[in-house]
Amino acid sequence: MSSTTIAATDAAHADAALEKPDRGTVFYLREEHHPENGTMLGFWIYLMSDCLIFAVLFACYGVLGRNYAAGPSGADLFDLKLVAINTTFLLFSSITYGFAMLEMVKNRAGTTLAWLFVTLLFGLAFLGLELYEFAHLIHEGATPQRSAFLSSFFALVGTHGLHVAFGCVWLVTLMVQVSQRGLIPENRRRLMCLSLFWHFLDVVWIGVFTFVYLMGTL
Amino acid sequence: MTPSPVEESVLFGRLSLNALPLHEPILVATFAAVAIGGVAVIGALTYHRLWGWLWREWLTSIDHKKIGIMYVILGLVMLLRGFADAIMMRLQQAIAFGGSEGYLPPHHYDQIFTAHGVIMIFFVAMPLITGFMNYIVPLQIGARDVAFPFLNNFSFWMTTSGAVLVMASLFVGEFAATGWLAYPPLSGIAYSPGVGVDYYIWALQIAGVGTLLSGVNLIATIVKMRAPGMSMMRLPVFTWTALCSNVLIVASFPVLTAALALLSLDRYVGTAFFTNDFGGSAMMYVNLIWIWGHPEVYILILPAFGIFSEVVATYCGKRLFGYASMVYATVVITILSYLVWLHHFFTMGSGASVNSFFGITTMIISIPTGAKIFNWLFTMYRGRIRFELPMMWTVSFMVTFVIGGMTGVLLAVPPADFVLHNSLFLIAHFHNVIIGGVLFGLFAGIAYWFPKVTGFKLDEFWGRISFWCWTIGFYVAFMPLYVLGLMGVTRRMSRFEDPSLQIFFVIAAFGAVLIAGGIASFLIQLVVSFRKREQLKDTTGDPWDGRTLEWSTSSPPPAYNFAFTPVVHDLDAWHDMKKRGYVRPTDGFMPIHMPKNTWAGIVLSGVSLICGFALVWHIWWLAAASFAALVSLAIIHTFNYARDFHIPAADVTATEAERTKLLAAGA
Repeated sequence: MSSTTIAATDAAHADAALEKPDRGTVFYLREEHHPENGTMLGFWIYLMSDCLIFAVLFACYGVLGRNYAAGPSGADLFDLKLVAINTTFLLFSSITYGFAMLEMVKNRAGTTLAWLFVTLLFGLAFLGLELYEFAHLIHEGATPQRSAFLSSFFALVGTHGLHVAFGCVWLVTLMVQVSQRGLIPENRRRLMCLSLFWHFLDVVWIGVFTFVYLMGTL
Repeated sequence: MTPSPVEESVLFGRLSLNALPLHEPILVATFAAVAIGGVAVIGALTYHRLWGWLWREWLTSIDHKKIGIMYVILGLVMLLRGFADAIMMRLQQAIAFGGSEGYLPPHHYDQIFTAHGVIMIFFVAMPLITGFMNYIVPLQIGARDVAFPFLNNFSFWMTTSGAVLVMASLFVGEFAATGWLAYPPLSGIAYSPGVGVDYYIWALQIAGVGTLLSGVNLIATIVKMRAPGMSMMRLPVFTWTALCSNVLIVASFPVLTAALALLSLDRYVGTAFFTNDFGGSAMMYVNLIWIWGHPEVYILILPAFGIFSEVVATYCGKRLFGYASMVYATVVITILSYLVWLHHFFTMGSGASVNSFFGITTMIISIPTGAKIFNWLFTMYRGRIRFELPMMWTVSFMVTFVIGGMTGVLLAVPPADFVLHNSLFLIAHFHNVIIGGVLFGLFAGIAYWFPKVTGFKLDEFWGRISFWCWTIGFYVAFMPLYVLGLMGVTRRMSRFEDPSLQIFFVIAAFGAVLIAGGIASFLIQLVVSFRKREQLKDTTGDPWDGRTLEWSTSSPPPAYNFAFTPVVHDLDAWHDMKKRGYVRPTDGFMPIHMPKNTWAGIVLSGVSLICGFALVWHIWWLAAASFAALVSLAIIHTFNYARDFHIPAADVTATEAERTKLLAAGA
């Protein structure tokens, strides 16, 4: 039973007790009060604020994304095959993270860690390919300084990549912590938060893939 | 790519002895005063062996009440700095006529008006508001702390780091000379090659992290940690406005973060987001910054509305008139504040239909705001009004704010705005609502909750002097600016040609002096009250016959706030408890589960400060090292699992017995 329902019954109980003569006792709880843990809500709100940062970057790309300043356009630059492989890596990493969470629910630390490790490999592969793409673009002269289109492209895709990089650091940290202390409630909560974060980055990437790469090569 | 005006060394970046403004006598004198004051404080702390106490009891504290107090202290200290800027501007404009250049060179004057705006909004109003929310909200909802106590401490120190960075710019280098929102292309690297804009960017980015996290924290607190029985429609109005304000923080500060990040990319990397060439768009920045900037003013004013609501209900001895309509008005303002940002730049040329849309939405905001004013008036109607200080501020607010609101609606009419845009009329308008709304609200709140925080009331006499100086000073200082604005005088001018205008600026300067008297009286009031604290003592914890839960506990509240979690049956829970014969429990106490203090907040923020400073001065190795340290320290902190402890039942019993004795002595 969640503590909200406890609170509600408490209140209903207290309201009924008011009618009785012993009025002194109904205005406070004699037992310890356990408010619901707010971590998941708090982290979700944080993610929504992060989502707004991406919204701004998408908006910038929407406004500036065709300002090529006589430089190369998306159609000239993007290698859709490469991006498709990269997208696959990221989507698979989300699935493997999901497997890790299923193992966590079954309270199996070893397999949880194994799936987290696979997730990490996919994440790193994604980052590696993205860095290769960036290096390639810069080598061809399509630098962030070349045009507003490229500035907004690098800012949007780069910010996403930066998030994945932080996610990887976080993932390693959590793997160490799970191996040290096992699947204790704190670690479960942390894994849940990272799970939200990781899937969130996946959703953002779907937007990047669609709006930047697919529509950019049209 | 980035053109550097000065040679950069590997070790110190562009920082050199030339960065010290030794040729500016005003700054040298200020620095000397600050240095002497700082040495005196450090000396006193060392002499009285208070460092350990300071570290344990305050700097590392995760008690929401102590953090709230520290926020308020930060806000008041920065108010002195922000006001010093204000009075310097008023003096300059009063004397710089008819060939006289005044005493401030234009470059310095530009930095002053920028710093004034930045400091007053980010480092005075925001910390004060956040401090109030931190202190009061958990008490009003019957909670023992906020949802994330460590994060709360971290948020405070990040805000402080931002403030320190702004203060550092006064003595090392320069501040931005761009106006408080740093519009490009002026704030771009081509037109502002110095460190000023970089100080601006990193101070706001560091403080912004703190603000955002405290927003997340307070939303989670209000949603998840209310006492049993406290449904959303039994939430005290201040907590409601705090909730809406924090929703606005979470929904708008990321936009500021992103806009400033893109501006810094333009400056550091040479990208083309807001440039004139390579396809950039400066108007993109102006849109983004105001998508944050407009909600920001509601972030400040909504909690002030909440304070006035608490004050009016308490000092009229009545339930607030139209509680539900007050809540709905707050929520409607929250939503509408997102649909009006373009009224800050009607003259951009968006076309008649876009301007009409934003003009109309802006005018609509005055409807829920007007409803609030009527609610306060109807609460006063046939109430037993006690004109204590908070009530005086509230009445003064109602008159002043209505005037400011009406000039605001006037500015919302696009054709009128084309005439008044960028004029002193606008300056008068927003000072009218920010001083008359936010600041008066904060002063009302300070006078109202001061006995809760300290256990003694504020001195009435000096409070009244401060009140009259502020109220009269405000009108004397800003009514002339309305007149000047209507005559077409633009803002941000450091000198004038037309001698017929001078008299208005002299009157305005006199008003600023009156306000200085108000600030001085406020400080005297604090000192006098502290010295008369035995006389002004309140042992009941409820000196004003309050209505909400914070008045049910002792003043100052114990670390755990409530020995037993309250159960709420009605709006104005404490009033309800008193009415129905609540008897304070005196036995059966249990151990109370509380979070532990932590070093992490202040250390992480200190490292962020170093990182920000290094980025401002292009000291790349230090920036990289401090960033690496920041990430490592954060990770190390996560390995600490022992984050809470129990206050033993014996301690709770002893604290509560102490209060029983006090109450008996008072009765």
